[in-house]
Amino acid sequence: MSKEAIKEKSMILQKEMVEGLFNELDRVQETGKKVCYTFVPGNLSELIRCFDMLPVYPEINALQNAMRKKSAGYIKEAERHAHSEDVCTYVKCDIGMMIKGNIGPTGSKIPDPDVLLLSYTGCFTFMKWFETLKRSYPNAEVIMLHTPYQENGEMTPQMTAYMVQQLEQEVIPKMEKVSGVKFDPEKLKKILGLAREAQDWIARIFETTKHRPSPIDAYFAGVYYIGPINIGFRGTPEAVAYYKELYNEIMERVLQGLGPITPEGEMPEEKYRLVVEGPPNWTNFREFWKIFYDMGAVIVASSYTKVGGVYDLGWRHDPDRPLESLAEYCMNCYTNLNIPQRISLLSKLIKEYHADGYVTNSIKSCNSFSAGQLAMMREIEDKLEVPVGFIESDLVDPRYFSYSNIKNRLESYFQMLAQRKFIHETQNA
Amino acid sequence: MSNLESIIQSCKEVAFDLDFKQAKAWKGESPGRIVVGYLPIYMPREIVHAAGGLPVGIFGGGDRKPIVKGDAYYQSYICHIPRSVMEMVLDHQMDHFDGFVFPSICDVIRNLSGMFKQHGFGRFVKYLDLPQNFVPEIGGRFYIHEMEHILRYMREVNGKEVTAEDLNHSIRLYNRNRELIEQIYDLREEFPWRLSLEEWYYVLRAGTVIPVEEHNERLHAVLEAIRQPIGTPQDRIKVVLSGAFCEQPAIGLIKAIEDAGCYVVEDDLMLGSRMILGPIDDQSDDPLEAIAHAYLTRSRYSSSIYDVHQPKEDRLEALVQQRNASGVIFASASFCDPSLLDAPIFQNAFNVRGLRYIAFQYSENINQFKVIKEQVGAFADSIKLWEDEPAEVSIA
Ligand code: SF4
Ligand code: SF4
Repeated sequence: MSKEAIKEKSMILQKEMVEGLFNELDRVQETGKKVCYTFVPGNLSELIRCFDMLPVYPEINALQNAMRKKSAGYIKEAERHAHSEDVCTYVKCDIGMMIKGNIGPTGSKIPDPDVLLLSYTGCFTFMKWFETLKRSYPNAEVIMLHTPYQENGEMTPQMTAYMVQQLEQEVIPKMEKVSGVKFDPEKLKKILGLAREAQDWIARIFETTKHRPSPIDAYFAGVYYIGPINIGFRGTPEAVAYYKELYNEIMERVLQGLGPITPEGEMPEEKYRLVVEGPPNWTNFREFWKIFYDMGAVIVASSYTKVGGVYDLGWRHDPDRPLESLAEYCMNCYTNLNIPQRISLLSKLIKEYHADGYVTNSIKSCNSFSAGQLAMMREIEDKLEVPVGFIESDLVDPRYFSYSNIKNRLESYFQMLAQRKFIHETQNA
Repeated sequence: MSNLESIIQSCKEVAFDLDFKQAKAWKGESPGRIVVGYLPIYMPREIVHAAGGLPVGIFGGGDRKPIVKGDAYYQSYICHIPRSVMEMVLDHQMDHFDGFVFPSICDVIRNLSGMFKQHGFGRFVKYLDLPQNFVPEIGGRFYIHEMEHILRYMREVNGKEVTAEDLNHSIRLYNRNRELIEQIYDLREEFPWRLSLEEWYYVLRAGTVIPVEEHNERLHAVLEAIRQPIGTPQDRIKVVLSGAFCEQPAIGLIKAIEDAGCYVVEDDLMLGSRMILGPIDDQSDDPLEAIAHAYLTRSRYSSSIYDVHQPKEDRLEALVQQRNASGVIFASASFCDPSLLDAPIFQNAFNVRGLRYIAFQYSENINQFKVIKEQVGAFADSIKLWEDEPAEVSIA
């Protein structure tokens, strides 16, 4: 493999955006900007931006702490305060960080929230998490936006109406109160237009993996690509510029017939194309990724890159239906899809992206993803006759990342894929 | 055998019949009858009753159901109840159920509803998204749509059009049911030795699988029986049992808690049967609205309800005081996120407020309780020893 990759322009753009946000968070005392804690799935970035607030995503802090090897200490701290070993480790990492002074991953203190905006999409833990935070920040305004689950595989008019009413009568008035900014529907429309553009670009970007070789890894690199669109930049010209640039860079790779860039440079040969279900492990992210690229495995699609929105099936924010489309956005995030919908989405990805296999990374402490994964895997195996692999790890608790177990399992899995490929090729020869 | 004993015995049999034979027999008695299974915590059973149905609680297989197939559906770090429910449905123990309702409570139950859909179990599967918005025109309206959806599903099965009168009649029966249950709790608070938690649990749980009319009769008989000065008081402390609202502890554990020196005078074991506080309006022209209104304004606190406007620790503390209890036993099913994520909220508040508690975890299929019994015993002893006043339940 070639040496450490040179920073692409898109990477610089992303870095600037993220640093800009953290700088702004550092300066809230001077600027008086209000701080809104919220979650990635079903995040109302456009609305937060409409009120000139700054978003903080506790789960992003948790995963960044994990990548910087800080999560173990925070988790232990939370466990010292009665948090169970068995619950979502994002929560514990965040609570531990808060107990220890709320010093964020960048090393500066994250300001206290003015608003706890629970746009409660696809995971019950979010609700418990904010109940816990509310007790630590009694002065924060609490906003709850209940997102109905797509239990029947659809968004009914009643579901949308319920959400729009909440937005109109609860969310927006409370945000006006906290921010002191009057709601401006025109501003929201403009922001939604830009959000839509960014969504178009990201959808195109994830479609590039249909090429052979795939120019990107849609899981390990994909988690970087979804950053801006998920953490508050959707609806900005900067995000549009970033995704446009990224797309062009990727298309350049396609033209040159290049495979994905890994932390150790370019992947020389694409041996296996996989679809992965479940979040990644963050504590040992690079080691984890390396197991795949060392084997020539590239992830051509993943469910995790859709936690902050599923754009594959054509859904986009619509400036002409602003509140309705905010509602639909929340309902349409991956973990808000029911199990048959998840199966059908993953099956579509496996087929359309010509995947050789399907791998589940089951996260110990995330029921939102994990409960049902085994049944989904079996269903996909039966229907598509695709080889399935199963590994277990955790998001941010290093105690539950066993490198040797995962490596062994994946090696056997890749052996199976190799045999199948061999048989297939001999039959077709 | 006294009348009370025989009621308890028959409740025990029916409550733990994993083939739900009584529901099957009931359904066979008349055409148009339907059986609708529901999972914890709460569903408005009134609407099933009004549609000519029998709502049947599904609380897992407990320690009575060996798991063979269910484990293939769930990783080891997921609670036990979904695997035993899968086992039961795959073993055809619920083949006579026409539909299933999965109330919103946690991601496991939610995703289980999708697995039922995927497998095509029953004629309908409905995930009941209980509102988290408590404004009647917003959350109330949404909740009414949810109930109408279930009514529609049931109508597709038996063709029955449900009238306001039907619903009001059902509401009356369930109002009576809740009233009788609360009367028994009140009496048990005063005289807990007259009906042990184990016995009471059988009676209460039977109510989730038999027709409400029949359950009301049984409750009434139990109430009459325990109005008499029966049993002998023991030197035990009164406690509230909290956190066991979904996957149920094995009976052995319930017994162990009381045997270790406690009287459990309040609990959330069958929370759904007691979710609504006080009667629901049974004269309304719009009974669904009445049910929704009661849920929005008069629910018990629950792990499944976003509580920031009514902190759960305050409500639990009030319950402890109301029941004159000396402490709380937090019992959570292993890997039960809602219960385990609530635990620090309760415990940190109780530490500040000087309220006593212990906490442990259980699993429905585990019936070794030696350690828990010792812990509970030590907890009870410490309260007896350190309480300013002696534990009041020790005197008749
Ligand atoms: S349980 Fe899963 S989806 Fe929910 S907050 Fe934790 S990691 Fe996110
Ligand atoms: S025991 Fe807890 S985690 Fe398991 S299904 Fe019930 S509420 Fe959910």
